[in-house]
Amino acid sequence: MKNYLVDYTLHLADNALILGHRNSEWCGHGPVLEQDMAISNIALDCIGQARNFYQYAAQLSGNGATEDSLAYLRDAVDFKNSLLVELPNGDWGQTVLRQFFFSGYQYFLYGALQKSTDPQLAAIAEKALKEVTYHLRWSSEWVIRLGDGTAESKERMLHALEILWPYTEELFQPAGYELAAFSEGYGVNLAGIRTDWDEKIRSVFHEATLTLPNETGMQFGGKEGKHTEYLDKLLDEMQGLQRMYPGAEW
Amino acid sequence: MTDKQHEWPLWEIFIRSRQGLDHKHVGSLHAVDAAMAIENARDVYTRRMEGVSIWVVESKNIHASNPDDAAELYDPANDKAYRHPTFYNLPDELKHM
Amino acid sequence: MEKAVEEIFQDKIDKEIRIEPRDWMPEKYRQTLIRQISQHAHSEIVGMLPEGNWITRAPNLRRKAILLAKVQDEAGHGLYLYSAAETLGISRDEMYEQLHSGKAKYSSIFNYPTLSWADIGAIGWLVDGAAIMNQVPLCRNSFGPYARAMVRVCKEESFHQRQGFEILLTLSRGTEAQRDMAQDALNRWWWPSVMMFGPKDDESQNTIQSMRWKIKRFTNDELRQKFVDICAEQVKILGLTIPDKDLVWNEATNHYDFGAINWDEFWEVVKGNGPCNKERLDTRKKAWEEGAWVREAATAYAEKRKKNSH
Repeated sequence: MKNYLVDYTLHLADNALILGHRNSEWCGHGPVLEQDMAISNIALDCIGQARNFYQYAAQLSGNGATEDSLAYLRDAVDFKNSLLVELPNGDWGQTVLRQFFFSGYQYFLYGALQKSTDPQLAAIAEKALKEVTYHLRWSSEWVIRLGDGTAESKERMLHALEILWPYTEELFQPAGYELAAFSEGYGVNLAGIRTDWDEKIRSVFHEATLTLPNETGMQFGGKEGKHTEYLDKLLDEMQGLQRMYPGAEW
Repeated sequence: MTDKQHEWPLWEIFIRSRQGLDHKHVGSLHAVDAAMAIENARDVYTRRMEGVSIWVVESKNIHASNPDDAAELYDPANDKAYRHPTFYNLPDELKHM
Repeated sequence: MEKAVEEIFQDKIDKEIRIEPRDWMPEKYRQTLIRQISQHAHSEIVGMLPEGNWITRAPNLRRKAILLAKVQDEAGHGLYLYSAAETLGISRDEMYEQLHSGKAKYSSIFNYPTLSWADIGAIGWLVDGAAIMNQVPLCRNSFGPYARAMVRVCKEESFHQRQGFEILLTLSRGTEAQRDMAQDALNRWWWPSVMMFGPKDDESQNTIQSMRWKIKRFTNDELRQKFVDICAEQVKILGLTIPDKDLVWNEATNHYDFGAINWDEFWEVVKGNGPCNKERLDTRKKAWEEGAWVREAATAYAEKRKKNSH
């Protein structure tokens, strides 16, 4: 039984870490200095959330596990993040759209997780929710701005939408540990937050003068360890030093 | 490539660092509108929890006194010592004033 | 008339009264400041790149968060400095243009590559250490907005050097491979850091006037000596060796003597022939050009909304 709690916590941690990692790739390369700082702040928040979840997962799993052994010494097949967060950044439009989809999801997820029967998860969610509220506002504004900006920005947003939309359904398709988590009381009912998410997306898209594509070609598997090619490359880079010098302190 | 008109407007940022204090000018930044300026100010000027409230004013809307007029604007205040509490010679026994 | 105002101006500076943007100032003072502040701002922005290189490869989560926060701080410092320069009547876009066209310079140190994780430690310890030594006196420079920006920068920088030293300390107490990594980084970053203080005093044309205007408080050689003196002591804690066989304590001067600087290398890198000059500039230009559509769209949207609200 305990096992599901570890998996569920790792899943939350992996999502936050991989998205934080992707956002951190923007640092120094943003379209304008002020926004370079904004996306780095979001990356820092995500990495902070990941650390909280990993530390809890490490404590639960024992065996000398640490936040770093969990983040740096697991292989791609063991990662339980959604495919959406591991996709490459693309242009600024694609990055803010992914952030919007995911922050929207996290916003309702953490909102519900605050009521988790597991006090530790509830506490982490409560702190993270404050951060995510801002991420959602920031990314909503960018989606609107770019959707309803210039002809070029609209076209780029439509292109980004085409790439990202197929990865949104997975967020709400529960993995085994998510079903268990919900039935045990410490997890969130994904079907329950789905409606809120839909509504949020629709209202922002309306303001952004964007239309939602059809639900075809949906991609699944990340949460169960079946990832895109991108995750392996990301982990190669991220875990390189830990793997090359086993056991070293940094 | 650089068209000056395309540059986002400049905003002056004022931050209240603690409840009960004045908003203080901390610097400036670029943003397309007031809402973005406030958000940018949060990301730029309050990364270390420096503030509880933010004001933004587009720089072009700030009207400043001319420093050459400083003499006529401020010097007269120099001899209005009666505006300052220490001007008044009161006995030490007087408390709570 | 001109003469009189110039005397009043210098008199204010001598009395340590700050000059504010709308005060009268000699054109040359304005131009010197624009050059100095924008160079400083460019150095912060270009300086994000060599370290930014390692954010995705930082060896643990704590280091990853620290490095990201640090590089982000540098964006903030660039921003404060650009803002200070903007009060002198130049736009940020114009300054970018000068950077991208190669007209404006930035600190040469950032044209060296970051080859290992230890380089992040060496940059924090040496490069930030040298920068702080330059920057602390600038908190008292004569131009108000610049001085205030520097106060903010210095306050935030204090953790940068410490995190660098901590990285090297951890490596120096680690495995043999880690110690080698740290020594190798020190070998590569030492001399470029010593060069960061700029040319020798007798070859630095701007020093005298800048000191008189108090936009420079100490000469290049004074600061360089102070830096060497401090590092020569600190390195003992690391148990590493500074790559200078002439480095030796001099009882008579109460300072460390140090070896000859390779000024040919210095001028080559300044001229644009360092190992990474082209790459750094290309990266900055690419970010700027790829961001153009984003900036335009944001402007277009804001204008649309303004129109609709009227």
